Amino acid sequence: MEEVLLARWQFAITTVYHFLFVPLTLGLSVLVAVMETLYVKTGDETYKTMTKFWGKLFLVNFIMGVVTGIVQEFHFGMNWAEYSRFMGDIFGAPLALEALSAFFLESTFLGLWIFGWDRLSKKMHVTCMWLVAFGSNLSAFWILVANSFMQSPVGYALRNGRAEMTDFLAVITNPYVWGQFPHTILGGLVTAGVFVTAISAYYLLKQRHLPVFRPSIKIGLACMLVSTLLVMGTGHLQAQFLAKKQPMKMAAMEALWESADPAPFAIAVVVDEKNKKNSFEIGVPGVLSLLAYDKFSGEIKGINELQAAAEAKYGPGNYTPNITQSFWSFRMMVVAGLWMMLVATLGVFFLYRKRLEDNSMVLKLLLWSLPVPYIANSTGWILTEGGRQPWIVVGLQKVSEGASTNVTSTEIWISMIGFTVLYGVLAAVSIYLVRKFILAGPFDEKPVLGVLTKKKEATLWN
Amino acid sequence: MELSVLWFILVAVLFTGFFFLEGFDYGVGMLLPFMGKNDVERRIVINTIGPFWDGNEVWMITAGGALFAAFPHVYATMFSGFYMALFLMLVALILRGVAIEFRSKDENAHWRNTWDWMICLGSSLPALLWGVAVTNLIQGIPINAKMQYAGTFFDLLSPYTLVGGIAFLLVFLFHGASFLTLRVEGEMIERARRYAVTIGLLAAVAFLTLVGLTYTNTDLFKSALASTALLGAVVVFVLGYALLWMKKFGWAFAMSGLAIVFTTVAFFSGLFPRIMISSLNPMWNLTIYNAASSAYTLKIMSFAALALVPIVLAYQGWTYWVFRKRVTAKELEY
Repeated sequence: MEEVLLARWQFAITTVYHFLFVPLTLGLSVLVAVMETLYVKTGDETYKTMTKFWGKLFLVNFIMGVVTGIVQEFHFGMNWAEYSRFMGDIFGAPLALEALSAFFLESTFLGLWIFGWDRLSKKMHVTCMWLVAFGSNLSAFWILVANSFMQSPVGYALRNGRAEMTDFLAVITNPYVWGQFPHTILGGLVTAGVFVTAISAYYLLKQRHLPVFRPSIKIGLACMLVSTLLVMGTGHLQAQFLAKKQPMKMAAMEALWESADPAPFAIAVVVDEKNKKNSFEIGVPGVLSLLAYDKFSGEIKGINELQAAAEAKYGPGNYTPNITQSFWSFRMMVVAGLWMMLVATLGVFFLYRKRLEDNSMVLKLLLWSLPVPYIANSTGWILTEGGRQPWIVVGLQKVSEGASTNVTSTEIWISMIGFTVLYGVLAAVSIYLVRKFILAGPFDEKPVLGVLTKKKEATLWN
Repeated sequence: MELSVLWFILVAVLFTGFFFLEGFDYGVGMLLPFMGKNDVERRIVINTIGPFWDGNEVWMITAGGALFAAFPHVYATMFSGFYMALFLMLVALILRGVAIEFRSKDENAHWRNTWDWMICLGSSLPALLWGVAVTNLIQGIPINAKMQYAGTFFDLLSPYTLVGGIAFLLVFLFHGASFLTLRVEGEMIERARRYAVTIGLLAAVAFLTLVGLTYTNTDLFKSALASTALLGAVVVFVLGYALLWMKKFGWAFAMSGLAIVFTTVAFFSGLFPRIMISSLNPMWNLTIYNAASSAYTLKIMSFAALALVPIVLAYQGWTYWVFRKRVTAKELEY
């Protein structure tokens, strides 16, 4: 049992870490491609400066996503060999397709993009970045196809002691993936929007490189606002889907122990997992039913009923995920989303009124929102994967049955400590580099007349 | 043709592509601290593989993915069995990837030197480990009736497999040095050639030892194709060495590459139809029959691979065409 727990921790650490970098790659590849397209269309050198500056930050982030991604591919065989045997017939295919159709594309064309400024025509060069963006987002699709099968298996039959694929089309048109995929790539665009906005806000506060970061913050804010709204919309649809397909995850993220019709939406609870109830709870009546079914009635199944049903179906055992974790990770994600919507709206409002640069309050708000999408991305996945417990593939295999049987806890400890230390060091190095690039700015500054007379440089803290 | 046979071939093709391509960029990585006498030269050396290395690494990732999709039992047994070896390889590949990306992003000499050695280390260790892995596969490892690896990390290290590791490392070094003779300029060409000449001798010795031990330790030579390919590898390697001596750099690189291709073909055809050999009982081998995915999955994957692989080859080939010119000190903007 200890091995399973360690393997889970290792997977959680390496996956959350990997996914710190992935969303920015997904979104920023698109924004850099947009900036370069503007350069090619208008011939304005400012856009080229923007492309190069954001491109440089993109590359640091990209490589971190790549190297931590290799670990992800190896993990399934190393720590989850029995899962791989049971699921390989279905799960291996999207992984191989991801490498063939997406990884080759993004890595090859990124190489061309980095080294090709003087060797390719402008149009060819920008096409390379679009292909990188396409490849990255396509890879997200394949890995989510794989993940969606774990959440909601389709197109398979249980044969020869394993799950075998019977319908590839069903696997890639799994309704679950069409909830997850838009939500994930939009989450990437939100992250990129906030990233570009926050760093541009820093320069506007510092009154530096204004010709570069005025257009940058426009692109960043537009992306942030539009994709935050859309990501909330797709998240809502996904939750409605959960109510039907993964009722236990839904009940867990609402800490709803007893079935209710109409069901209230809990704002805060203190969970008493031992006695299977909430020792404290405040909520709004009927709102959960409204969210799930678009009307103030409709039953949401409670944890206790679902647990009993699962025991009847699969035999005795605990079929309830960690309630406190599910409940609060969902709320943190939602609050992060609402926060970003609010500050993006404020930013766009002041931008539209042409008063954004004078409003250091709003600029600071935008700058300090930089960690928020990362919180949303991480808690979103903690909810998705944690809420799947105890299953590794819902209804087909439990996590405890999926782990490698011949790997010792010592081996897992060594690799877990090794990866964690290495990841910590690399986080420090990449933050150092990004900070350095930001402090240096896109090019050496010459004093710009008129800037200092306009306003004093703002500090970042008060 | 049975689809499991086709997939055995496809996996072999992916590993062949991986060893050919990453062979030279591992080689360049290992040579970096020695080839580059100053910072400009080191940047030149890195830029010879700059646009390619990440795309090359995807060959390995795809080979892993293809194993997972086509032979899930092999993927599960191999990755859980080679646990510590793969952990070391992952650490090496992580360091190598970030080092290539980060080393020129700061002016500090200590920073750059540290990352350069990470590139060297991160290229040597995987080269060595792949040699150890391939020779373990052909020699056989303790796999029990439940398809589980029943040994420890140290059971993977034997005189034969260590020779395998060293031979892979040296052949990749030679391949990398001959690649550099095509990609650098001026006096660096001669320097690369001198390294290749010295390393080539060591590589030849290690490689011949590997071939000899393969004869005594494995049943590879029972296969006519495998024997021919392995002896062919020896011949083209010697030919490559001679051509390098004569400064026919293009041909020399082609031959060192061909030696890698033949070697990979030899090991895979020596394995066929087995993929992992059990040293405990031949009944417990993992083969293309008992380790494969369902016919349906293999069919879907075959269509996908046959459609996508030519496209990948086309655009990767084009990349090499775009960057066909030698790397000069003048255009080191990256």
